[in-house]
Amino acid sequence: MGRYVIRRLLQMIPVFIGATLLIFLMVNVMGDPIAGLCGDRTCDPATEERLRQDFGLDKPVWQQYLTYMGHVFTGDFGTAFNGQKVIDLMSTAFPITLRLTIVAIAFEIVLGIVLGVLTGLRRGRPVDTSVLMLTLVVIAVPTFVTGLLAQLLFGVKWRIVEPSVSPAAPLDELILPGLVLASVSLAYVTRLTRSSIAENVRSDYVRTAVAKGLPRHRVITRHLLRNSLIPVITFIGTDIGALMGGAIVTERIFNIHGVGFQLYQGILRQNTQTVVGFVTVLVIVFLVANLLVDLLYAVLDPRIRYA
Amino acid sequence: MRAVAHTRWAAGALGAALAVAGCGGGGSGGSGGGGADGVVRSSWGDPQNPLEPANTNEVQGGKVLDMIFRGLVRYNPKTGKAENAVAEKIETKDSTDFAVTVKDGWTFSNGEKVTAKSFVDAWNYGADLRNNQKNAYFFQYIDGYDKVHPETGQPTARTLSGLKVTGPRTFTVKLSQRFSTWPDTLGYAAFAPLPRAFYDDHAAWLAKPVGNGPYTVRNYTKGSEMSLRTRKDYPGPDKAVNGGVDLKVYTDNNTAYTDLVAGNLDLVDDVPAAQLKNAKADLNGRYINTPAGIIQTLAFPYYDKAWNTPRAAKVRTGLSRAINRKQITETIFQKTRTPATDWTSPVLGADGGYKAGLCGSACEYDPAAAKKLVQEGGGIPGGRLKITYNADTGSHKAWVDAVCNSINNALGNDKACVGSPVGTFADYRNQIGQKKLRGPFRAGWQMDYPLIQNFLQPLYYTNASSNDGKWSNPRFDKLVNEANAETDKKTAIAKFQQAEEVVRDQMAAIPLWYQNGSAGYAERLSHVELNPFSVPVYNEIKVG
Repeated sequence: MGRYVIRRLLQMIPVFIGATLLIFLMVNVMGDPIAGLCGDRTCDPATEERLRQDFGLDKPVWQQYLTYMGHVFTGDFGTAFNGQKVIDLMSTAFPITLRLTIVAIAFEIVLGIVLGVLTGLRRGRPVDTSVLMLTLVVIAVPTFVTGLLAQLLFGVKWRIVEPSVSPAAPLDELILPGLVLASVSLAYVTRLTRSSIAENVRSDYVRTAVAKGLPRHRVITRHLLRNSLIPVITFIGTDIGALMGGAIVTERIFNIHGVGFQLYQGILRQNTQTVVGFVTVLVIVFLVANLLVDLLYAVLDPRIRYA
Repeated sequence: MRAVAHTRWAAGALGAALAVAGCGGGGSGGSGGGGADGVVRSSWGDPQNPLEPANTNEVQGGKVLDMIFRGLVRYNPKTGKAENAVAEKIETKDSTDFAVTVKDGWTFSNGEKVTAKSFVDAWNYGADLRNNQKNAYFFQYIDGYDKVHPETGQPTARTLSGLKVTGPRTFTVKLSQRFSTWPDTLGYAAFAPLPRAFYDDHAAWLAKPVGNGPYTVRNYTKGSEMSLRTRKDYPGPDKAVNGGVDLKVYTDNNTAYTDLVAGNLDLVDDVPAAQLKNAKADLNGRYINTPAGIIQTLAFPYYDKAWNTPRAAKVRTGLSRAINRKQITETIFQKTRTPATDWTSPVLGADGGYKAGLCGSACEYDPAAAKKLVQEGGGIPGGRLKITYNADTGSHKAWVDAVCNSINNALGNDKACVGSPVGTFADYRNQIGQKKLRGPFRAGWQMDYPLIQNFLQPLYYTNASSNDGKWSNPRFDKLVNEANAETDKKTAIAKFQQAEEVVRDQMAAIPLWYQNGSAGYAERLSHVELNPFSVPVYNEIKVG
């Protein structure tokens, strides 16, 4: 197990370098960031040259990348164009998005798995059909439609919540955005759990457990669910990263100043430092989440062992 | 760390939290009551650059500077006329040497006195190349600018030789050329005075700017919120009638509008285009749509020889006549734009140089005449018109497509004109800067100060700062020089209008429409107005 973890950690290094390099190149291909800094007019050449020097944009891209990576290992992510340290932007944005992601994941786990178990055990019955229909609708409707609709209904028409989230973004204000963010994944989790349960419910070990006279809830939670959750856990694990990075739409609709907002601003203003910095952290989140998922396999199914 | 502590409980407490959300909402009325203590809650955008007077070149940062600073001159929020604010008098005999006297009794909000030195130091700081100020070119007319801000190489001086402090309240300015309307430019934020604290602890000042205006910054969380409060000891005549302003950053102006409708926000100064149709009904008349000092034009690449011929001028005029401005402004912009008939803006007023109809028939829609003119000019250079615009902001696609449609219809060729989007604004500016464009491109101009000079010289003078198409015409340059040299304002403006006629005859750029500022506000506000820069006049807003 220990060796497996070390091997996985070592594998992360090339992935990490490759991903950051790609992002770095992509942002640089988009053009010259200084050109957009002076609004609808050209910067005067002297100031432009100095700004270019200050941001290190006068050097070749490979050199910029090396300097950047060198700084990253000392925790220096550079400065955004508005004069703020990117690390400061991160320290305000990531906690907010983390909170939003956790709300979303909580919805996925609780609501998704409960619905999945419910429908999986009652396959073909009215509950099953109606939940399946519902998930189909949720998957088919894009997030921005769900988001705007939820905002209009809950925020403006019924006044149950505020239509926009305050800058501090406390947990209770993030419930609705979190649900919107989770909606599509939630539907997938339900469907995944359902089919997995429906398949395993007829397996020998479940029949054995029932034959032993175990109580129904114990059969379901200890035997059936534990084996059925592996694909679901895989999905949720990879979803953590996707939710954090993909929150742009939801964050825009509900005015949440998280990672999505900073990334959006960074891309609009072509701020290499912001974009690369945030994506770097997101890549790490992705990698760690995947590692944790793989390690969880062994806990769920003792037959899976790592050499 | 607090966030983590919270989140650990999230999964378990979700059911409970859902219930909390039910009653947790709605309690928004925390920002005080009405009357003189009422606080205006207004939408804001994240400023692009650090908030310094000489470094702020967009509306969002400018909005704040307008609240916390007063310069020598201020533009009347209604008429746009330059009026003395901190200046007692600005005198000149020859339009090059100016003597400025600062009024007595002005202070910064930290108690420091506003003196002649507050201005001179600030201007020297703004002009100095070493400080990377993006508005440095505002000081270019002052003597010695080429020493502190050379076009290439290192600066050889720290201060502008044209600025001299002659007393606690007086200083003189020597310009490098005659510029009769120069005092009228001093209302721009770049010319604001700065307190000692700005130089002594720059980082602290940026975190919480200190100025001499009617508001002070109480709290500034970069990227999300700024609370401004009314200064009790403000010495100026334009004291704020409300308790303060809370500016809240919105990622999307649609969300800001939704918040306004839901009662969480008092003022939105940029109603999203998609909501214009509903705004009148939603807001029950609390909707403003007034002209601002912004004109949209189509500029041309004169560095491309094909466009820089006498015959091409005919083609440009023809294209101008092929655009149905009235229809586009009504259908696409819901009348928040007015078809342009000159190259300035109505906010200047007739006295300021705006001349309705100066463009004449060249701006009138006439498909037959358009087709004839384009044919006489030898057709569109390159055979096909590609209008370049940036697709990331401002919903430019809609009107570019409409303009192309209009041109195609007039020319009877549905492949004559196409839009050519560029992904980001930065890349768009980049392509313009590198002279890569081979056809017309979107050009918007928001005035820096309400002067006809500002609508002509930076855009059409040979090698001027915003002459992106590199248009050059000796007669135009000569007329602008003469206008600047005039000591009498009226004759100066008449000269500028003559220069504008040269722009028309050559159709240097096709004027499209004047842009309006649009704002919506809550029931508890009154006296809400937009100034000619389309920024709300915050200090006059009454709450409750």
